[in-house]
Amino acid sequence: MKLFNFICDATREVIKGGPLYYSWMAFLLLVMIFAANSYGYQLEHGLLVTNMRDQVSWGLYIANFTFMVGVAAAAVLLVIPAYIYDFQAIKEIVILGELMAFTAIIMCLAFIMVDLGRPDRFWHILPGLGILNLPFSMLSWDFIVLNGYLVLNMLIPFYLLYTGYIGQEPNKKWIMPFIILSIPWAISIHTVTAFLYNPLPGRPFWNTAILAPRFLASAFCSGPAIIVLVFQIIRRFSNIKIQDAALFKLAEMMAYAMFFNLFLLVAELFKEYYSATVHLAPMQYLMQGLHGHNALVPWIWTAITLNVSAFVIFLLLRNIRNLKLLNIGCVMIIIGVWIEKGMGLIVPGFVPDTLGEIYEYLPSSTEVMVSLGILALGAFIYTTLAKVAIAIDTGRLRRQ
Amino acid sequence: MKEESDINLTRRLLVKTLMAGAAATMLPLSQAYGAASAIDWAAFFQKRFQELTPQEIGRLIIRLEAKYKKTYGRDIKVKTTPPIDNVEFAYALNLSKCIGCRRCVYSCAQENNLSRKPHQIHYIRVLRFQSGPIDFEKAQHYYDPREVPETGYFYVPVQCQHCRKAPCVKVCPIKATWTEKDGTVVVDYDWCIGCRYCMAACPYKGRNFNWAEPQIPPEEINPNTHYLGNRPRMKNVVEKCTFCVHRSREGRYPACVEACPVGARKFGNLLDINSEVRQIIETKRVFRLKEDLNTDPRFFYFFHS
Repeated sequence: MKLFNFICDATREVIKGGPLYYSWMAFLLLVMIFAANSYGYQLEHGLLVTNMRDQVSWGLYIANFTFMVGVAAAAVLLVIPAYIYDFQAIKEIVILGELMAFTAIIMCLAFIMVDLGRPDRFWHILPGLGILNLPFSMLSWDFIVLNGYLVLNMLIPFYLLYTGYIGQEPNKKWIMPFIILSIPWAISIHTVTAFLYNPLPGRPFWNTAILAPRFLASAFCSGPAIIVLVFQIIRRFSNIKIQDAALFKLAEMMAYAMFFNLFLLVAELFKEYYSATVHLAPMQYLMQGLHGHNALVPWIWTAITLNVSAFVIFLLLRNIRNLKLLNIGCVMIIIGVWIEKGMGLIVPGFVPDTLGEIYEYLPSSTEVMVSLGILALGAFIYTTLAKVAIAIDTGRLRRQ
Repeated sequence: MKEESDINLTRRLLVKTLMAGAAATMLPLSQAYGAASAIDWAAFFQKRFQELTPQEIGRLIIRLEAKYKKTYGRDIKVKTTPPIDNVEFAYALNLSKCIGCRRCVYSCAQENNLSRKPHQIHYIRVLRFQSGPIDFEKAQHYYDPREVPETGYFYVPVQCQHCRKAPCVKVCPIKATWTEKDGTVVVDYDWCIGCRYCMAACPYKGRNFNWAEPQIPPEEINPNTHYLGNRPRMKNVVEKCTFCVHRSREGRYPACVEACPVGARKFGNLLDINSEVRQIIETKRVFRLKEDLNTDPRFFYFFHS
């Protein structure tokens, strides 16, 4: 009964809202409808409508998937200070971070779904119904850890919000093990995702032991950057209190992460360029172009410029506590990491291909539209979840 | 009050946009689902080939043959010939003889019912190199000479290497591809979800994806097919060379071996010490592509004029 009330009240909270709220949701729905249209087109004509081909068989979808796994994993940067170090400013908002992780995983699964040639056969990978190639396939493992993380980040905020709604103290003994578990699990989702690309000997660009550390380092930059921006938007449009201290704490962690990220990039560049084996080719294609093909060169240099500038900004932020500067830094990091880890990581893995052919990939309009639709889906889901969470957190939504 | 009417206005606007958008979406989506509704449920719930009982395989073949009859208006035989005992297939290619004519490429496409359009598929790629070392980065993938062989060039045909430690088989998340007892790496096209992880894993470009619904003129269809080989495929699944499983299991050579005008292609049973491939491996200096990756291919190259 209590649960039923909770669901009803939460639904009512989602349906109610001001003009701004409705316009925002309508806008997102509209984007999703256009994207559904594009996806229908892709279903009908096959993946030929993307710019992926046998030479570059993964593209924008898998790039976005990889980026979003990082966003999901980054929630751990709120969970650790909140629950392990009892950092009050972050404890107040950790639920919003967990909901972000939940949303990011939904988006990851959506990006996988649209990349699949045969979404109608999706059940083949469902445990129980289909067949998983365990322990060999890293994709089977990734599917398991992503779904596990999805469940954890559904269970934990739901429980905390529900107890808040019925006005009870959460039972720490019951929920803490799940929270603790979510920390290594967050690390695991991004590690296993790196392990998808990492162990393929035919793809020297990915076949490097520092790929997983690089993934984690960049995730701990871009994830919090998104959180910092979203939290300020939430603060503006609702009456929840989010202290600057929480934002600057995140900024501090991002500075460390970006240092480590850049350091790993330098290590990778040094190893490839100094040894200069045949495996240098994809790195050359990415950084300077290869045999006159240089589609990715402007992208990666944009990313490096943004990441290095953002790092300088985050160092300055230790002394100058300026929100505007913080936000500029965050935007730079999001774009920089998205390029570095998306287009800059997935595509060079395929260029030149295993037999030396160069096929220059840039996403088709269908791929761009479908990807925007999934971003809109994520924004839609997160808005509804955050709205309910804020209503309960501020005490506005309580069981009557 | 004013705010209330604003909200109503926004709501009406929202509903209107949604309806318009929904209508626009219905068209291509309904086409997609129209195609989906044509799919029979037996196909949807079909199990992985290796899990099927002989009875289920029998029913499956009847269903497939009826479907192909409907699609192409011709009787297409779908065999399920099992691997022969004590046979491990291997391939040997004489680079001294190859003249780069690509007859193997086109006879393979013909024999294996490869998609002609809108996306053309070839299992064999013949790479052209300028005299010198085999450096893939300098390989020419598309060449169009008046006649072959050309002076100053040599040719290296590459197809699935049927590795003993196949990276593609290892990475498939759902076991849709595996190595048969006779050493051929095959795909269950009806189980593949089209994730293309195998293509990322393959170091030899040995796998092809049907980026669109494969189209073959009905009169060009080869009606002698195998479930794990050259039966007509569908869009958005991976396919590959199977050493012509429909022929090799009946003691015939793969189509590429027969098509080669200079006898550069040799095929046979590795376990038979008298077979031609075995003799080549034992008496010639053979090499395999990317030996350093430890994929242990069953495809050998050699030089012998």
